[in-house]
Amino acid sequence: MTDDVVVRATGLKKTFGETVAVDGVDLEVRRGEILGLLGPNGAGKTTTVKMLTTLYRPTSGTASILGHDVGADPKGVRREIGYVPQELTSDGYLTAQENLRLYANLYHLPPREIPTRIEEVLRLVALENVEGRLVKTFSGGMKKKLDLACGLLHHPRVLFLDEPSLGLDVQSRRAVWDHVLALKKSGVTLLVCTNDMDEADRLCDRVAIIFRGKVVALDAPSGLKDALGGDVVTLQCARTENGAVATLDRAVKALDFVRDTLVAGNRLLVYVESHERAIPRVLDAARAAGVEIESLSYTRPHLEDVFLRHTGAQYSESHVVPEPKKGRR
Amino acid sequence: MGDFWQETSAQLARWLARLRREPFNLFFTLTQPIIFLVFFSSMFQKVKWVGYEDVSYRTFALAGIIAFAAFGNALAGGIPLLFDKENGFLTRLLSAPITRSSILVSRFLFVSIVTALQVLIIIGLACIMGATITTGIPGVLALVVISSLLGFGVTILSLALAFSLPSHGTFFAIVGTVGVPIVFLSSALAPPEAMPGWMQVVVRLNPISYAVDGMREITLRGFDFGHLGWIALVLVGFDVLCLALGARVLSRRLA
Ligand SMILES: Nc1ncnc2c1ncn2[C@@H]1O[C@H](COP(=O)(O)OP(=O)(O)OP(=O)(O)O)[C@@H](O)[C@H]1O
Ligand SMILES: [Mg+2]
Repeated sequence: MTDDVVVRATGLKKTFGETVAVDGVDLEVRRGEILGLLGPNGAGKTTTVKMLTTLYRPTSGTASILGHDVGADPKGVRREIGYVPQELTSDGYLTAQENLRLYANLYHLPPREIPTRIEEVLRLVALENVEGRLVKTFSGGMKKKLDLACGLLHHPRVLFLDEPSLGLDVQSRRAVWDHVLALKKSGVTLLVCTNDMDEADRLCDRVAIIFRGKVVALDAPSGLKDALGGDVVTLQCARTENGAVATLDRAVKALDFVRDTLVAGNRLLVYVESHERAIPRVLDAARAAGVEIESLSYTRPHLEDVFLRHTGAQYSESHVVPEPKKGRR
Repeated sequence: MGDFWQETSAQLARWLARLRREPFNLFFTLTQPIIFLVFFSSMFQKVKWVGYEDVSYRTFALAGIIAFAAFGNALAGGIPLLFDKENGFLTRLLSAPITRSSILVSRFLFVSIVTALQVLIIIGLACIMGATITTGIPGVLALVVISSLLGFGVTILSLALAFSLPSHGTFFAIVGTVGVPIVFLSSALAPPEAMPGWMQVVVRLNPISYAVDGMREITLRGFDFGHLGWIALVLVGFDVLCLALGARVLSRRLA
């Protein structure tokens, strides 16, 4: 079904000096689906998207959008796509309407259609009442919505959204998700970068977990969760001195019914078939190892568990360190 | 062509809207050369250059001040692009299906419009202060054309520099250091015959000198089409050279 593949990447690789940002990514986005790129900070999501949108030349590998090769026919690619970058990029010294008019012209909309089209997208992102205001007076969320609107003007067949709900409040985030789902319904193919599990779970038909430049898992969210199988028992240690978590980890791993474990800060995630029979025996093991448990919970796996499983403790750490600087080239 | 004009005019409209939004910027942009006009012509009021004994320094310097303004605007022409590059606007722009050169052309057109306005203001003010232009209105138009020929190449260089330098700090350091000396090393403020030998060589290599010579002839003497043709040829050659160089840098940066 090659005709149904809208975005295809094969062996995409990008290095910046010593840094390998993207390390051999293979992806296929099918017509009308939402594919999520889920990964921690610095995983290579943005770099992947910048190669697919012709902004970076791949160090090696190839990619094509609707049959246009990103290297050989960049203009063909640009005509088909919309791209909403991670950073806020509207011109603050222009009004919302002027920003939109600029992009309408850059995408060569027929001048007669531009005013109506601008009104349509302004309504779509609920900015119609502030269209005449300078963008520098907008809040971060309003700017993000305007950026989104700029990317929708020309009815692109493929839309790349890099962290579309970054910095949005709950309400706006829902609104954005609704827009995205509506776009999908109208036949647009979307590739969405995110490090928000919830977003990936709700929005995406399939999720590619990307870590250190590689796709480490790719499936529908439900498929990814099923692959983990069983339940997740989460143990929170009361104290973390003297490697309590590691001690606990060793003790629990020795139990024959435990499939896998994962250390995340002072928590230990234990993957088991069924929590009912596991919990008493895990607690026994903890007591025997002399580790005090502060709390215990169990869940059917969330996408977050899938994510942690594939990206390791790195994720919980990257939540602590400040975000790396964004928007540098 | 239709597409190219649509892209270019939309970007030009952006620059004009921004200029309108910043009245102080507009005010200082337009009045800055006037400061030079007043400053230089007062400072050198008593100076009489050999070969120009019949004219006041004010009239002599008019051509130089115009060239100074054109050069200065063009040299600063790349600055907004630096910021577009740093805040991600440019990235977004480049993801659109536009011809890359529309970015340069729109900026050049904008710089030319501002320069033309400045030139008219300078001339108007100089005339009020007692300078004269022998060739009248056609002369004024010719001054605008020459300043635009000079500005084209310099704008392209400035844009190429903006794209290839790592940060705006470096850009300002370079432009701030070389900008003014380049004007002094031309015939803008003094005739080359009044300078030491090595300077005369540099002055002869400086495209600003050609623009100034042409403009000075128009303001002081009249139209000599043979000489003006030669000057236009040199300036167009300079523009072509800058364009070739700029295109190389930009094709690498704007893949
Ligand atoms: N222009 C660049 N020059 C040098 N290194 C870069 C550049 N762009 C990205 N990198 C590096 O490549 C790696 C991947 O970065 P990328 O921006 O693709 O991550 P990301 O998955 O989008 O992260 P985030 O969630 O923080 O947006 C990082 O290590 C980053 O430092
Ligand atoms: Mg990113």
